[in-house]
Amino acid sequence: MTKTGFVIANLFRKRTRTILTLLSVTMAFLLFGLLQSVNYLFSAGADALGATRLMTQARVSFTQSLPLSMVPKLESVPGVARVAYSQWFGGIWQDNTPVFVFSVDPARYHDVYPEYVMPEAQWREFARTRTAMVAGRQIADKYGWKVGQHIPISSNIYPQKNGSKAWAFDLVGIFDGKDEDWKKRTNQVLINHDYFDEANQFVKGRTNFYILRLTDADKAQSVIRTVDAMFENSLDETKTQTEKEFNLSFVKQLGDIGLIVRWILFAVFFTLLLVVGNTMAQSVRERIPELAVLKTLGFSDGAVLGFVIAEAFALCALGGLVGLVLASLAGAALEKGTGGQFALHLSGWVWLLGLITIVLMSLAVGLLPGLRAQRLRIVDALAGR
Amino acid sequence: MSESMVQVTNVTKIYERGTQQVEVLHGLTLQIPRGDFVALMGPSGSGKTTLLNLIGGLDQPTSGEVWVGGSRIDRMPSGQLAAWRARNVGFVFQFYNLIPVLTAEGNVELPLLLTKLSAAQRRKNAAVALQVVGLADRAGHKPSELSGGQEQRVAIARALVSDPQILVCDEPTGDLDRKTADDILGLLQVLNRDHGKTIVMVTHDPKAAEFARRTLHLEKGQLLEQSAA
Ligand SMILES: Nc1ncnc2c1ncn2[C@@H]1O[C@H](COP(=O)(O)OP(=O)(O)OP(=O)(O)O)[C@@H](O)[C@H]1O
Ligand SMILES: [Mg+2]
Repeated sequence: MTKTGFVIANLFRKRTRTILTLLSVTMAFLLFGLLQSVNYLFSAGADALGATRLMTQARVSFTQSLPLSMVPKLESVPGVARVAYSQWFGGIWQDNTPVFVFSVDPARYHDVYPEYVMPEAQWREFARTRTAMVAGRQIADKYGWKVGQHIPISSNIYPQKNGSKAWAFDLVGIFDGKDEDWKKRTNQVLINHDYFDEANQFVKGRTNFYILRLTDADKAQSVIRTVDAMFENSLDETKTQTEKEFNLSFVKQLGDIGLIVRWILFAVFFTLLLVVGNTMAQSVRERIPELAVLKTLGFSDGAVLGFVIAEAFALCALGGLVGLVLASLAGAALEKGTGGQFALHLSGWVWLLGLITIVLMSLAVGLLPGLRAQRLRIVDALAGR
Repeated sequence: MSESMVQVTNVTKIYERGTQQVEVLHGLTLQIPRGDFVALMGPSGSGKTTLLNLIGGLDQPTSGEVWVGGSRIDRMPSGQLAAWRARNVGFVFQFYNLIPVLTAEGNVELPLLLTKLSAAQRRKNAAVALQVVGLADRAGHKPSELSGGQEQRVAIARALVSDPQILVCDEPTGDLDRKTADDILGLLQVLNRDHGKTIVMVTHDPKAAEFARRTLHLEKGQLLEQSAA
């Protein structure tokens, strides 16, 4: 037997109670891990360092479109290597399955996203054929689309000139990601902007957003400033941000994520403190005579305090680590489920915060019962006084 | 037996109960030679446990001196006293006071966690102590799986395992039937005779006292005449 063995044995003295408490700790840390990851994901967006691509949209909202006449202006900004644009189509597959369809300039898109790989012949076919579409590997596999098929996709936003919302495109290529990460982002369909521009009833010469490929990663900050300054006070004010920020801006509209996360976690951990604190207090209360025996045998007051704190720590660490591991598994599953849109893996920062929380919580729930154990007078405790 | 194992001199113990003060021992003096086996008898409330706790270093007197095994313990700071107890005293209680979540072996090994012994050495010493009390075959049992007599043997093994000079026993057979009690008392006798342990044992049972070398009578906090067993 070792001291650690002794602590663990004491921890499981009331098995059911300990397991239930462990479950609450695990649940709380699972929530902690997930929410902190979300929070981190949203708060880390501001970092433009290392960004090689920027997204420019209308300042008010990306649902407002920008004129295509901006292309040469954007291209003239120092640090911008190539400009592509992309228009939200609002695609519907079959009856009512929404699919991500964007109308793009094929050549520009190809230049800006070298991460998407497809035979050059198919890229050329995409540019040449007005009614062409290309599909990502994931979505093509999902619906069993084959190159050469004529695929009906309607739009819930844009009718054709004849008023019909039913569209159809010729699938001329299937693109994939260059690596695991990018293979997960092949859940969308691209159509030819020239055709869309001409055939739809509503918009002409406009797009939802621009994608700027940079010459160097360290140009991101200056390009953001130059572009947004260039269109300031014009009819089409812009907002330029990194790809990551752009992806997050959808969810950010829901509210102040950081504040929500903090309040939820505050409530959860407050409850957890009561639950675990109660378990520890009870556990010490019901073995006062045993603690007195430890002292009788020669364990010092400090050693007995140490045993109680160690027990609290074991409880918090066991439940907490399981919770954090579950959170990282759930995060990975979520990442996979959303095709990599939300990289919700637990960062080192969240782990660190989790470990600190475990230590602080152990002290918070272990200290009071521990001090009671420390102060225990042997003769009184043995006599049940 | 010439050298003194326990020397209690002019000891007074006063308990405070709220504002009330209860004087339990009044200037008590007592000397126990090394290697002795003393039974301490007396009516309930006469201060037997109080005296035993002072000798075992679980409590300290209000005044007077307590020397045990050559150390003066009546004014020792509590941390030092705890370390002293671990090295010098073995305790046996009426209700065994084993740790329910540990096996017999774990209970016996517990005091050794305070020593520098290796895990293997600890386990070996615990096994030897269990052998001495005749419970080697129950090493893996939890206290709840043992009879009262067996539990008390485990408790005695725990008291022995760090090889203390003195054993203090507070009504060690108070909760056992005659036959089992006699076995336990026989065991204590062996420990005293063959292993040289000095033993101070509180008991209400005159038959138990017969196992000791001599009996002391405590009445209202004072020692009466000594009688040889
Ligand atoms: N911690 C304490 N606080 C107050 N009074 C105490 C305390 N410990 C003992 N007493 C009182 O001191 C007296 C002697 O108690 P003690 O436990 O020494 O008696 P005892 O001889 O062991 O009795 P018993 O045979 O019933 O075990 C009793 O009146 C008891 O109530
Ligand atoms: Mg008593």
